[in-house]
Amino acid sequence: MMKSEESSIIGNMKALILVGGYGTRLRPLTLFRPKPLVEFANKPILEHQLDALVDAGVRQVVLAVSYRAEEMEQELKTYAERKGVKLIFSHETEPLGTAGPLALARKYLESDSEPFFVLNSDIICDFPFKDMVAFHKNHGGEGTIAVTKVEEPSKYGVVIYDEKGKVESFMEKPQEFVSNKINAGLYILNSKVLDRIELRPTSIEKEIFPVMASSQQLYAYELKGYWMDIGQPKDFLTGMCLYLQSEGQNSETKLKFRAGAGIVGNVLVDESVKIGSNCRIGPNVTIGKDVVIEDGVCIKRCTVLSGSKIGSHSWLDSCIVGWKCKIGQWVRMENVTVLGEDVIVDDEVYINGGKVLPHKAISSSVSVPQIIM
Amino acid sequence: MTATDLPPGCGDQEITKAVILIGGPQKGTRFRPLSLDVPKPLFPVAGVPLIQHLIEACVQVPSVKEILILGYFASDEITPFIGEIRPLYPTVRIRYLQEYTRLDTAGGIYHFRDQIKAGNPSSFIIINGDVGGDFPLQEMLEFQSNLKASGKTPLLTILATEATRQQSVNYGCIVENKETHAVTHYVEKPETFVSATINCGVYVCSLDIFPIISKIYATRQQLFYEGKIEENGETWESIALERDIIMPLTAEGNLYVYHSNRMWSQVKTAGSAIYANRQYLAMYRRRQPDRLAGCNKGKGDTTPRILGDVYIHPSAQVHPSCLIGPNVSIGKNVTIGPGVRIRESIVLGDTVIQDHTLIRYTIVGWNSYIGKWSRVEGTPCDPNPNKPFAKMENVPLFHEDGKLNPSITILGCHVRVPSEVVVLNSIVLPYKELSRSFSNEIIL
Repeated sequence: MMKSEESSIIGNMKALILVGGYGTRLRPLTLFRPKPLVEFANKPILEHQLDALVDAGVRQVVLAVSYRAEEMEQELKTYAERKGVKLIFSHETEPLGTAGPLALARKYLESDSEPFFVLNSDIICDFPFKDMVAFHKNHGGEGTIAVTKVEEPSKYGVVIYDEKGKVESFMEKPQEFVSNKINAGLYILNSKVLDRIELRPTSIEKEIFPVMASSQQLYAYELKGYWMDIGQPKDFLTGMCLYLQSEGQNSETKLKFRAGAGIVGNVLVDESVKIGSNCRIGPNVTIGKDVVIEDGVCIKRCTVLSGSKIGSHSWLDSCIVGWKCKIGQWVRMENVTVLGEDVIVDDEVYINGGKVLPHKAISSSVSVPQIIM
Repeated sequence: MTATDLPPGCGDQEITKAVILIGGPQKGTRFRPLSLDVPKPLFPVAGVPLIQHLIEACVQVPSVKEILILGYFASDEITPFIGEIRPLYPTVRIRYLQEYTRLDTAGGIYHFRDQIKAGNPSSFIIINGDVGGDFPLQEMLEFQSNLKASGKTPLLTILATEATRQQSVNYGCIVENKETHAVTHYVEKPETFVSATINCGVYVCSLDIFPIISKIYATRQQLFYEGKIEENGETWESIALERDIIMPLTAEGNLYVYHSNRMWSQVKTAGSAIYANRQYLAMYRRRQPDRLAGCNKGKGDTTPRILGDVYIHPSAQVHPSCLIGPNVSIGKNVTIGPGVRIRESIVLGDTVIQDHTLIRYTIVGWNSYIGKWSRVEGTPCDPNPNKPFAKMENVPLFHEDGKLNPSITILGCHVRVPSEVVVLNSIVLPYKELSRSFSNEIIL
């Protein structure tokens, strides 16, 4: 019954995800792996968005990619089959900004007259797509833009709108406080909007939305739950905490949180993981497939990606440990230390805010935040 | 030069005395904050107070019948310790003689000359209290006897070692006649390079030195009462062996050098204690391996894993899952929890270290407490191992730009380090409770 209700709202809606560029902000994780495939809470970032879309009834998703398309196609093939969703890769040969990819994928998006979703790929939130569609159909304008409240709006695009949600103007990174509601990077657009976009590098935030706002066709939808742009390591970890917290409070969550001795708070551990004795894991930790954690390890507020090993008596706080890393014994890592793939950290090393490139061996301490080439 | 070549007339009754000069509370300030809690000579390295290492060096010499410790520490700071160790060395008389003020090296000896001369020793050993090492005292005595036997009149034999050209200027530099080993020139801490042969602060001295000091004493007394010397914080009676005796007497030709390249180090700064600790542990390995941990195999699972040279006091409780060493000393009644890693450090008595903590290049003061998963770490200032004869660099506390130079970490007594923090290259004064991480700071 739920199913038919959903599909009655979503109908044949499609979605376009702006997968985009090189993900430089999330380096060193994204040096050899496309950002959408980096695991967030033990699941590729992109799958969080795809799952939410599929759950809402979307059956066709255009992935606007400019880089490593083949790798992604390969990796997402089985996913698409399993979920019964059609993934279309729209490959831009030159960077087209945030609006250009819509023009490029126009033929897929306007195959019927239904509105479609547009998602920035770095966004993590509750994805309330059904509610958003209801809001969109209700106001009757050409576009809906999700907005969220943040503490420091000066880093983002601020949206100014009236009490009915009708957008009046945009302010990109305002120096003075104008509002704490920012563009959350989730949109619903009618196919008519495609007429406004040419096939050239175009910014949807700066060139398309202001025009739509001035013709009173754009409405702001206020997100209720958490929201985070996880495009850089610090925010990735903050987003992870918000996500785990939200799922931890959600009685219908599909996540299997780990519980038991030595586990504190919300901890997500793959079933294949081995954890030694006298450890303290959590709060806010995710541990990927085949990770081995030896005795007496303390991990807080960290993402440990698959295949890594953490040596006994080590202490990790606010770190992202890349794939297949080997962390020695009595190692201390903190302050948004990020290890790329296959990094080896010797016994007793201290890393404070180090960004370590893949395949690197660290044999002496890094006590001041820096990039280790 | 061997013991069998003793010159005629020395007899079976020949005795030697030893004088250890330990200074007073105003000395050893560079050893703070550790010298705030205990007089520096009583600071333990390799589980034994610094001064006891010097006493043990003297006790090794069969002819030494009495050891006189000279200094101006209050008697009650030193004598209880002497009382404690006296039973360990039954063949030797050990006494503390308190100077009424700071008399300096030769001034102290002169003041207590009757005590030294009593029993008519043939010569006496002088050791500066701020050095450590493996001193060839017996060899030096034989060297001096042999000089006498060959008709010379040696006043003083100075133990010397080699330094690098660069570092030599921080020490007393000696130029000698290579054939006779007589000192031809001596200068204390020169501005430019003079010689790579440096004074170790260990001497064999003839009783003939007393008339010489007496003359200097009389001259200084006269000058003082004529108003020709001023007392700049030190008494006119303060006479320095190096400045007032050795330097003026090089022309006489009766000062000699005895060379040794065995272990030797100054112990002036707290940082040098880590180095001295390692050196003394290495000496145990050669001479008294039973003092080292891990040498009493067979205890099974009750002993921790040990790497290299480690001293653990028998009363200390160290969990079997710990990994300790190399070059670690653990004091009396220390408790160390599971999974702790310690290397290149000194942990003083009654301290508690909780599970999974790492300690490197650190001195942990008495009665301290360190929580779980913490990291207490310093930066070694060891001699450059690639330079022959390199000594420990006594780097100043602060860099020219006013920043603290990275050094070993020192926790004063009764310091509390919470769980899960890092304390890096910092000096923490006694009775401080830390509430967060620190690096490169002095925490008052």
